[in-house]
Amino acid sequence: MQHAFATALGLVALLTAPALAADPDAGNWAAVVRAARGETVYFHAWGGEPRINDYITWASRRLEADYGVRLVQVKVEDTANVVSRILAERAAGRASDGGVDLVWINGENFAAMKREHLLLDENWAEELPNWRYVDSSKPVTVDFTVPTEGREAPWGTAQLTFYRDAARVPDPPRSAPALLDWVRQHPGRFTYPQPPDFTGSTFLKQLLIELVDDPSVLQKPADPAVFLKTAAPLFTYLDALNPLLWRSGRAFPHNAAALRTLVADGEVDIGFSFTPTEAASAVERGELPNSVRSFVFEKGTIGNVHFLAIPFNATARAGAMVAVNFLMSPEAQAEKLKPSVWGDFTVLDIDRLPPEKKALFERIDLGAPTLPPQAMGRALPEPHPSWMELVEAAWADRYGAQ
Amino acid sequence: MDPGLRNGAAAAARKRGCGERLLVLAPVFTTLALTIPVVAGLAGVLLPAFGYLPALGATSFSLKPFADLFAAPGLWTSLALSLGCGLAATAIAFAAVLLFLAGWGRTRFLQVVTALTSPLLAVPHAAAAIGLAFLIAPSGFLARLLSPWATGWARPPDLLVVHDPLGLAMVAGLAAKEIPFLLLMSLAALSQTGHARYMMVTGSLGYGRIAGFLLAVAPVLYARIRLPVYAVIAYATSVVDVAIVLGPTTPAPLAVRLVTWMGEPDLAMRLVASAGAVLQLGVTLLALLLWHLGERTANALCRAMAERGTRMARADRALAGASALPMTLAVVTIGSGIAVLALWSVAGPWFFPDALPQRLTLETWIRQGSMVARPLAISLAVGAAAAGIATLLVIACLANELVRARRPGRAAMILLYLPLIIPQVAFLFGLQILLIATGLDASFGALVAAHLVFVIPYVFLSLSDPWRGFDSRYEQAAAALGAGSWRRLVRVRLPMLTRPILTAAAVGFAVSVGLYLPTLLVAAGRLPTIATEAVALASGGDRRLLGVYALLQAVLPFIGFWIALAVPAMAFRHRNAMALP
Repeated sequence: MQHAFATALGLVALLTAPALAADPDAGNWAAVVRAARGETVYFHAWGGEPRINDYITWASRRLEADYGVRLVQVKVEDTANVVSRILAERAAGRASDGGVDLVWINGENFAAMKREHLLLDENWAEELPNWRYVDSSKPVTVDFTVPTEGREAPWGTAQLTFYRDAARVPDPPRSAPALLDWVRQHPGRFTYPQPPDFTGSTFLKQLLIELVDDPSVLQKPADPAVFLKTAAPLFTYLDALNPLLWRSGRAFPHNAAALRTLVADGEVDIGFSFTPTEAASAVERGELPNSVRSFVFEKGTIGNVHFLAIPFNATARAGAMVAVNFLMSPEAQAEKLKPSVWGDFTVLDIDRLPPEKKALFERIDLGAPTLPPQAMGRALPEPHPSWMELVEAAWADRYGAQ
Repeated sequence: MDPGLRNGAAAAARKRGCGERLLVLAPVFTTLALTIPVVAGLAGVLLPAFGYLPALGATSFSLKPFADLFAAPGLWTSLALSLGCGLAATAIAFAAVLLFLAGWGRTRFLQVVTALTSPLLAVPHAAAAIGLAFLIAPSGFLARLLSPWATGWARPPDLLVVHDPLGLAMVAGLAAKEIPFLLLMSLAALSQTGHARYMMVTGSLGYGRIAGFLLAVAPVLYARIRLPVYAVIAYATSVVDVAIVLGPTTPAPLAVRLVTWMGEPDLAMRLVASAGAVLQLGVTLLALLLWHLGERTANALCRAMAERGTRMARADRALAGASALPMTLAVVTIGSGIAVLALWSVAGPWFFPDALPQRLTLETWIRQGSMVARPLAISLAVGAAAAGIATLLVIACLANELVRARRPGRAAMILLYLPLIIPQVAFLFGLQILLIATGLDASFGALVAAHLVFVIPYVFLSLSDPWRGFDSRYEQAAAALGAGSWRRLVRVRLPMLTRPILTAAAVGFAVSVGLYLPTLLVAAGRLPTIATEAVALASGGDRRLLGVYALLQAVLPFIGFWIALAVPAMAFRHRNAMALP
């Protein structure tokens, strides 16, 4: 009897919960926090990096304790699969009760989801309470030149950072032409992840920005008719570089982690990553030798912001907003910056924080292999996504099929 | 069929109980469980392949996805790689198994090798591939053992050993991993062919071991393992994870590129990927066709050889001498690959050319301790449910065949293998759309149902032979004592078959634990298992973590097999005749 009563109560809760949770308004924050309590947020995030998974576990413990929100990470291999999943849900006519409540996203995937109206269609991100600390000097409202319009909230910043064993390469190359010279002297000791892998494509974009005559054209959509002419210096460069690569450019590593393994195994001498603290945390885990140090190019390297977005048919919208607001909080951002945790740079303006929150950041030791923020150099803006699609296609055409 | 059994069955048919009438439903239900997902999944990729995917606003049929597909650079190379590597790997594995059985059939060494290969069957393909890659890479374990004292290498040399353009490393990895499967399938089949007598006859006619086996036993054996061989061809021509770790990258085999297209941010690529899935199906069917032509050629050759009567004693001795080599190489390679991964899971810093890690640490295991609990629990629950249901269904099907005194035909056997012969990438995406449309995705039930598609065939294969080989005189004796057919089943046959039934369930459990793509797509990542976690980590290339998950994934099936051994030993401890042979 007691059992039946509990079941009935559960059913009532099930029937009424969606009504309460429907269309939370980030402007009315107290109501959002109330509606979020008891919700389970399915957070689809790339799961290939154990440190990041551990950090998300930490965040979910805090969210559960402070807000009664259960944050469950769904580890995905490739964010594009999340896009196709939401697409499949729309194909099946599921306009609410979707399987994805929150997604870690940026760049081409965001552009695709925004264009296909697969995201929550309102400016919710800039209404969040912690938005006031966000560093507006960083590209937090533009994602690869596409305006975010509050459809996604900034979570962290990344900048292309190279690393090498300083005992082996004391004086690393600091520009694209210098890199080519170095590779000529050390054939077979450099490679990059095979595009369309994210890190490999970013390396190509870095070269593109450095090599084209006028980088400002890259901020506008690419014109396929003149693309090959504009990008000609890139392909002249790659024609010279690729035969000198690891395995003579006949095979490429699968992704940034595979590149790091090659550096660790001593197969190549220079690696790179989008996380400025990657080398430091790999040294800490014993994956790379202690003598590894980071470096960047003189004229700057590509920097961007990664975001959190809520799909149009998310089930736990209020819970997702509460989770995002927590992940943007000074506390969560400082924890994320620790190299022993993740080492991801913050999106907040530290100078704007109250003193006790500021202290959270000042206590953090970024580790010897990491460059101090002032030595990171200029963060170059991402080109418009259309450039990437054309570069990737041309790369596949020229080097992807031998 | 045995006339006594037929009379018994006819007598039983006259007074069929309610339970027996329910049994008739078992084959129907099993057939539906196997075919609905596959057929629905195929429809789900066929429509987009011809330009129909309403979610993207594509509502008119066209051939444009195929035109785009064939415009992809290096597509023909990818096709040739899928076809060539798949067939080569199958041929090598098949030849190695035949050679080994011919040279070492009914010896103690065979038993030792069999005992060693069974656990290798449970090792996930991705882990085996990563273990192999680390063994043979220029910076790998073998190079580390020999450097710098023997090779003079202070740095790993720039040699294209893994990811070679011809796919040799991939063929080696696939062949080594399929050899244990084909060996165990062949041993099961051999147990009912009475091949010892054939070998005695050929021996007395002056044929050596190899020729005698190939001419007399192999044809009988092959007829019984043809479908498992076809399953190997289908797998090897459409493999994704092994190809990513070992295969060529410029360009990659078709299945790898297909998964990449599915993952492109440009959503229109989904149509091209669907066309690619249809093409993948075509490649696999072409490979099966080519193999079938090979069967006929081999058959004609063997017949010609037998008719000419040449004994070829010298060649026979040479082959016999080398007959254990490929098998041993495969077992040693996969085994040591896993051993090295296990070492990585406890390794501190370990750089080239050190043969061993600088120090050992349990840090990776401790760090992962709390993270593995949930995937481990889900793997156990899904595996137990799928194996349990599959075993019950298979028993019901076999009992029904006993009651009706009719065996399933050839069509039923092909149906049973359908999910194993159709490439997974060709139908799982379509199945995902179907599950979402019915709101069944990401539920425990849907996951178990999806696993059943792949578990039922293996359970059926491992249980059907012991079931059919059961000495029916026990049941005749029971019938003479007045036991009805239900009672004979429950009180005589099932208890006496406890060990094979539990073994079949353990096989089903092992299959379920290893399933990656079905789990990923159906569970939508909400029900993570050890398999999905391992492959997600494999994409990050961390050998330490991968060592942890690969070991767990290999150990889980062990528990199943251990139960299958321990329970009958306990239950029958007072029955000498039921002891292990």
